[in-house]
Amino acid sequence: MAQTPLLDMQDIDIAFGGVAALKHARLSVAAGEVHALIGQNGAGKSTLIKILTGAYRKSAGTIRFDGREVDFRTPKDAREAGISTIYQEINLVPFRSVAENIFLGREPRRFGLIDWKTVQRRAAELLESFGLRIDVKKPVREYSTAIQQMVALARAVSSDAKLVIMDESTSSLDEREVELLFNVVRRLRDDGRAVTFVSHRLDELYALCDRVTVMRDGQTVAENSMQEMDKLKLVTTMLGRTLAAVVHEDSAVKEANLAKRGPVVLSTQGLAAGAKVTDVSLDVHAGEAVGLAGLLGSGRTETMRLLFGADRPARGVLAVGGESAAFKSPKDAIARGIAYLTEDRKAEGIVPELSVRDNLTLVCLPALTKRGVVDVSKQREIVDGFVESLGIKLRSPDQPIRELSGGNQQKVLLARWLATHPRLLLLDEPTRGIDVGAKADVAKIVRELRDAGLAVLLSASELEELTAVADRAVVIRDGETVARLDGAQMNEASIMDAIAYGAGAESTLAEAVEEARHDR
Amino acid sequence: MIDDTQRAAPIAQAPVKKKRGVAIQREVAVLLAMIVFNLIFTQHFLSLQTFNVNLTQVVTIVIVGIGMTLVVATGGIDLSVGASMAIAGALAPMLFMNIDGPPGVLLAFTLPVIAAAACGVFNGFLVTRLNVQPIVATLVLFIAGRGIAQVVTDGSLQAFNNPAFQWIALGKVAGVPFQILLMLALVASFTWIVRKTLFGKYLLVTGGNEDAAYLSGIPTARVKMIAYTACAALAGLAGLISISVNSSSDANVVGLGVELDAIAAVAVGGTALTGGKAYITGTLIGALIIQLLRYTLLAHGIPDAAALVLKAAIIIAAVYVQRKRG
Repeated sequence: MAQTPLLDMQDIDIAFGGVAALKHARLSVAAGEVHALIGQNGAGKSTLIKILTGAYRKSAGTIRFDGREVDFRTPKDAREAGISTIYQEINLVPFRSVAENIFLGREPRRFGLIDWKTVQRRAAELLESFGLRIDVKKPVREYSTAIQQMVALARAVSSDAKLVIMDESTSSLDEREVELLFNVVRRLRDDGRAVTFVSHRLDELYALCDRVTVMRDGQTVAENSMQEMDKLKLVTTMLGRTLAAVVHEDSAVKEANLAKRGPVVLSTQGLAAGAKVTDVSLDVHAGEAVGLAGLLGSGRTETMRLLFGADRPARGVLAVGGESAAFKSPKDAIARGIAYLTEDRKAEGIVPELSVRDNLTLVCLPALTKRGVVDVSKQREIVDGFVESLGIKLRSPDQPIRELSGGNQQKVLLARWLATHPRLLLLDEPTRGIDVGAKADVAKIVRELRDAGLAVLLSASELEELTAVADRAVVIRDGETVARLDGAQMNEASIMDAIAYGAGAESTLAEAVEEARHDR
Repeated sequence: MIDDTQRAAPIAQAPVKKKRGVAIQREVAVLLAMIVFNLIFTQHFLSLQTFNVNLTQVVTIVIVGIGMTLVVATGGIDLSVGASMAIAGALAPMLFMNIDGPPGVLLAFTLPVIAAAACGVFNGFLVTRLNVQPIVATLVLFIAGRGIAQVVTDGSLQAFNNPAFQWIALGKVAGVPFQILLMLALVASFTWIVRKTLFGKYLLVTGGNEDAAYLSGIPTARVKMIAYTACAALAGLAGLISISVNSSSDANVVGLGVELDAIAAVAVGGTALTGGKAYITGTLIGALIIQLLRYTLLAHGIPDAAALVLKAAIIIAAVYVQRKRG
């Protein structure tokens, strides 16, 4: 990048309540590139972005954008200067049409009135240029998250944004949707615009980005082209240490685990409910971790909800410890020793305003209650134990859980279930949206629980994470079990085969996929 | 001694504790400021009579407000409390005027409250089983309840003089009206219930994140049912106090508009109308602030009509402060 970059942030400092959050942070992005910004949660990525977009004010440093020194006071200033930000929680107006959302606040007018025909025509043209043909008159909320993201992108493009910041935009998308979105991003890049891309998914960064800035502890620790950073180097730079925890257990260890596993804890035959789950059969033994693999929308979450009694099956057999079970509600499943860590931590997990203490003991609370009164000292004992054993970082157990980082919230929720002494753990995307360090912690905890004799069924979108933790895998596709993989077949390539082609895929294909992965 | 419902007994960490306390301290500060203002500028303010007058004015609002706080904590609202008061108020005189002696008085205290509680069960049924939005569900009895009370009494005013029954409102213990002591006892017990009991925790979880509560095996429907039933029962009790004060029961008047006063007290007291919080003492303080405002204006010769406008201003200010608190 020989020419002056479009955006150049140098020596940025900011402190919150006397604690330095950024120290000499740097970020420079050139026009026509997709730039990855990565770091663990708390590394300072969001803070840096918020300074750039005018949400926070820096205490020192310079920002040059588009050839001028700038210091935006409000997000509106930044937007008007040509910086557009797309957050994970998309800020569109759900009940208004796609076209309205794209041109909101900048509607073309005719005789002082909004010219709807032009609005709709231009919106349709814009989306078509992204390869997207949808009815722009329909409300945004009727479309999938991926399409909403693209509408947000279209809005950015139509407002002539020179720099588009995408903050964790892909975390709720499946692979196909991600690919669609990436095509749009590449088009923006080829158009000469700059894109800054924040994500925890390493594979995506390699697929999309040209250069990368790595942050750690409020400082910029690396700026490099993506090609010169291999995955291991990227992760170690981000963590500031070599990562033994991400090294996979090899298949021999997995097989040894399976050999010494206990009796069946839960089994299902032909489980079905609605359109999402059509025919799921699986079993989970004590002392093993089974990976539930499948694309987003393949019915993983729906299957887990059936196993937990959160939804009721229309057909099929469910047995716990050899006895058939018909759960009316999660309460029944909990009574049989089943625990369910949900995929959506915010919507279905934490009670944001309540303390960590109350959140952690939520499910086991009846056991800590005598004649209706909660025994606070017992509650404390349990919380202190888990804070210590799971390494939960907090100021006080009485602080509201919303103040904790994502990874620590996840640990509290895991502890919520472990405190019930379950026999079976259902973990739906336990590492979603948490940083690499916390991911490694969660993986380690799951292994320890399995070794202690718990039955674990877990799902993960990233196959790498799934194969790292699970001893064997059950693959579902369109709500149907298509493969059970163990031993030599328990690897990412075989799982991908099963996801793509269903049962009985040729093993040569698996090898080819694996080779292709290594070549890239 | 500020009610800090969800954060009982903070661990010895000074900064955390300080930050937590803010929740209702602002409301207490407002109340204290108003008291100080009156001590300086209002004649005869510092007297037992003023104290009793102001407190007896808020008793019914506070008792209804306690129940309202529970319902609001689940993320709901109860518009039918005034109607529940009217039903209880209509039934009681029919009992003690037709059945002589202690049995009549005893029945007059129990049956009307049970009848009011039945209204709460009906509300709870609509909300939990038929999934009707609380504001619509309780609108049913808001409209029909007062009608039921009128049908029961043939629409006529029942005047009475029954010292045994009316002791609940007119009796005094050591110079303090019994109804004030009853109100304080209820505030204390419900504060304790919200802070210390399993039901209290479940109440806050149900309103704080209902999906999480369901997936944690918490009987959210039962929690809501209890909240609506308790709210209506408390309204019934308030109805008994209200008719005792007036020595008469008019189904058209008993508890008229109390739902709005109660909701205002809850909101001014710092309980978010979105649910997940329950500051019982906050509701007491909220009711006192509204009452003291009205008293101050009256004592300085400003008409009641103007007081209503100021009451609205206070509610707006309270909601604004809450929004900022996020």
